[in-house]
Amino acid sequence: MSTISTNSGTLPPGPDIKPKLSRDDILMRGSMMVIVLYLIVTLALPLYTMLSKSFSTYRMELSQYEFQVSDEAGNFDGTVLTGDALNRQTEVFTDTDLVTGSDGRLPVTGFFPDFSFRSPVMYQIRNTTDTGRFLVGSTLHQGTEWVELDSNTFRRVQLRPVQSRGLGNFVNYFSTPALFNSIKNSLWISVVSTIVTVTLAFWFAYALNRSCMRFKGVFRLIAMAPILVPSLLPGIALVYLFGNQGMLKELLFGASIYGPIGIVIGSVFFTFPHAFLIISTALAISDARLYEAAASLRSTPWRTFWTVTVPGARYGLISAAFVVFNLVITDFGLPKVIGGQFNVLAVDIYKQVIGQQNFEMGAVVSVVLVIPAILAFAIDRMVQSKQVALLSARSVPYQATPNPKADRLFLAYCSLIGLFIVGLLAVCQFAALIKFWPYDLSLSLKNYQFDKMDGGGWGSYFNSIRLALLTAVIGTSVVFFGAYLVEKSKGFRTGRSIFQMFAMLPMAIPGMVLGLSYIFFFNNPSNPLNGIYGTMAILVICTVTHFYTVSHLTAVTALKQMDREFESVSASLKQPTMKLFARVTVPVCLPAVLDISIYLFVNAMTTVSAVVFLYSPKTTLASIAVLNMDDAGDIAPAAAMGMMIFYTNASARIIHLIASRGILKRTQAWRSR
Amino acid sequence: MKHTTSFLAALAVGALTATVAASETELTVYTAVEAEDLARYAETFNQSNPDIKINWVRDSTGIITAKLLAERDNPQADVVWGLAATSLLLLKSEGMLEPYAPVGVEELDVKFVDGDNPPAWVGMDAWVASVCYNTVEAEKAGLTPPTSWKDLADPMYKDQVIMPNPNSSGTGFLDVSSWLQMFGEEGGWEYMDALHENIARYTHSGSKPCKLAAAGEIPIGISFAFRGAKSKADGAPLEIIVPSEGVGWDMEATAIVAGTANLEAAQKLVDFSVTKEANEMYNTGYAVVAYPGIAKPVEHFPEGLLDAMIDNDFEFAANNRAAILKEWQSRYDGKSEAK
Repeated sequence: MSTISTNSGTLPPGPDIKPKLSRDDILMRGSMMVIVLYLIVTLALPLYTMLSKSFSTYRMELSQYEFQVSDEAGNFDGTVLTGDALNRQTEVFTDTDLVTGSDGRLPVTGFFPDFSFRSPVMYQIRNTTDTGRFLVGSTLHQGTEWVELDSNTFRRVQLRPVQSRGLGNFVNYFSTPALFNSIKNSLWISVVSTIVTVTLAFWFAYALNRSCMRFKGVFRLIAMAPILVPSLLPGIALVYLFGNQGMLKELLFGASIYGPIGIVIGSVFFTFPHAFLIISTALAISDARLYEAAASLRSTPWRTFWTVTVPGARYGLISAAFVVFNLVITDFGLPKVIGGQFNVLAVDIYKQVIGQQNFEMGAVVSVVLVIPAILAFAIDRMVQSKQVALLSARSVPYQATPNPKADRLFLAYCSLIGLFIVGLLAVCQFAALIKFWPYDLSLSLKNYQFDKMDGGGWGSYFNSIRLALLTAVIGTSVVFFGAYLVEKSKGFRTGRSIFQMFAMLPMAIPGMVLGLSYIFFFNNPSNPLNGIYGTMAILVICTVTHFYTVSHLTAVTALKQMDREFESVSASLKQPTMKLFARVTVPVCLPAVLDISIYLFVNAMTTVSAVVFLYSPKTTLASIAVLNMDDAGDIAPAAAMGMMIFYTNASARIIHLIASRGILKRTQAWRSR
Repeated sequence: MKHTTSFLAALAVGALTATVAASETELTVYTAVEAEDLARYAETFNQSNPDIKINWVRDSTGIITAKLLAERDNPQADVVWGLAATSLLLLKSEGMLEPYAPVGVEELDVKFVDGDNPPAWVGMDAWVASVCYNTVEAEKAGLTPPTSWKDLADPMYKDQVIMPNPNSSGTGFLDVSSWLQMFGEEGGWEYMDALHENIARYTHSGSKPCKLAAAGEIPIGISFAFRGAKSKADGAPLEIIVPSEGVGWDMEATAIVAGTANLEAAQKLVDFSVTKEANEMYNTGYAVVAYPGIAKPVEHFPEGLLDAMIDNDFEFAANNRAAILKEWQSRYDGKSEAK
């Protein structure tokens, strides 16, 4: 992934010549540092805060408490026992019992084997330090005074934990089967979904690139549709198709859609376009001479397929597999809707944080989830860097030859996939228009009265559009400018490689993890940036950061196509670089700029995972509303809102298409002579 | 030039209104009451207390509780109006509530007032567990309606019941804590072991089981009465069953946050929150309110619900919450996915 051209010549090294920094260089390096700083504040620091949170534990410090027990007459003989000593005598609590959460409580009557709430024995308890805390009923006692209680009140004493640091949360996590089972579940559904999706997408891409079947354009459009909806939507469609009142329930032969089956089907739907795009690119280019050679060697088509086609596309296949794996394992919306009792890591984070307010355990699960995500990402990057150009100057582009039988087969196959994608969307739209499934099948717009439901009503829809527009505008500017700086500035290798590293990092961080780390970092009163918590600004920042990497790579690719000579020419003409950037670079790269902005817009409309922790009552979002309405059991309105997102994104794409045609005609005229 | 003048004028007006606003007291009130009700609550309050302005901060119960706990050392709220009593007990145990006996508190049902004197919190209304039973789907599956909690553990209902996960849902937790109180610790877990065999799945939210029952996804949903009444009003073929052993419940309650700078105004608000007028206001959404004898029946509400409410030990629920949830998770959350 190195972008730095190395001059490994054979000449002996000459003396180091350091060119003087011009004002432009300083400006560019300064700006680069500003963007690096942005990524540090919005990515590195929050992640660090989260990591440290996962080591923050709560422990019962028994040595902090002292007890006295009276005789039957209520007289104390002055013997003072610490909680620690009592526990060693009685062995009521093991060490793991003493590790707890911030709301942990520990009853103490177990320390006194002959305790009875009816006995006239009196008890005294006190903290030995100022940090000690205990409850009598619901009343908190701090400070080191002795508190005298009768037996019946003493049974209401509960000790409270103190904060400490350690691996306690991780120990707790791995000793709770309910939690660590999720690792297995997550890996299992991710692997199955990956195999299914990549296989299906491969044949789909193969049909589109290597056959002469008809309607290729239509299929290409359909294949991209799932990108326009939140990942929850296929889940909702599956409920209507295969739920207990489902239209096609019989097809499952009694199996429940709520669980791994539903997650895998839904995952295939929402990851399909990603896999298709990558594999399609890999299959688009191939050298016809290899096929000619295979044919002249009398290789069977089957053999040619395995020795020429698949090896040619292997990097695309591997890359697609890891991208799909990463998408499935980090996705939260789909298993939330259709997962039933099948626990996965991403949903566990949500359950721990929103359901139980156990932020420490949420941080632990996040750390666990980051590991496979980073691994998948790293392997993908390694594979990609090995990819070499298949097409050399002497290659002859492969052209498919008509084969009526095969073409018909491919058409049937693609129609099935197309039906699957369009079908799920159509089911959602249909469900949204039904008054009360399955008892009242009349059509109505009742489910569009979002203001009567949870989730923030129509306001959240408009909030989402605002978020998407802001993200597109701000994100594109920051990302493209950053990519320009890193690509075109001279020297300053360390700075540039640090920048590259930071720009790649967001892709490896699951949305849930990013969102949670933002809570820890920004919702801290001592953080000077605390003010943006709960505002639209934090949502924009989070979304830009979340989708930074792909945008950055798009920009870098476009910029690489521009010769560095432009910079030299502008320098020799004594023009400031910023002028060159505004007058030449941006107009030339306009197609990429538009692509980045539509990418950010669509993702901002559909994203759930990161923002689910960050929205406030004033900044509810449409995608979150889908989640919350489904959560509250309003499934049809959830489908209606999901389809609103689809139509919005589809319109945005169309506008983008028309706009880019118009703009490109004016700015890209130089490309044709 | 003209712009400057109008700008200055605007500034002056702004300054004027600012001083006017300063002469009235502003209260920051944290609440989990439904957003659509808030404007109505504030309006009714301002009829008798026009000089106190309420600034609402609203979110779901869990979030508001967490927010308050997070602000333990630097409280931002003056009053909490409309939060689950179990949550307020957690706050009380952190020493975060200012005890205060509002004028007229003796009029309220004692169940709805904190046991201490002066009470740390006073109740407003109750939400009560109930079973939503879809008559159409149950008939298709050949089920007979259950009349008690124990009935629900009958093998006849295998995979026909949905209930909320107590780890995330307040309604789910009040079910579990009520079973532990009614059947005793051992009996309660035994009961849940048996019930677990019949549960198709556990949901995140407390209202979803009833909505799923209303939509026929499942014949039986363990939820709360108010939700069932609403779905029934929407035309769902539901019957709302009040199990004969009694039903768990939690209440929405009001309390003053310790350390408030506006103690006097906060007390006025709490005084208002226990009046007959306020309780009539709660009655539009809740069938059971703290002030005895004024509640008008809510349409489709099951009969005998009030008598079935158990003598809920909120202290037990709050202090054992963490332990109960841990036990629940180890028993049912890990085991359930093995299917």
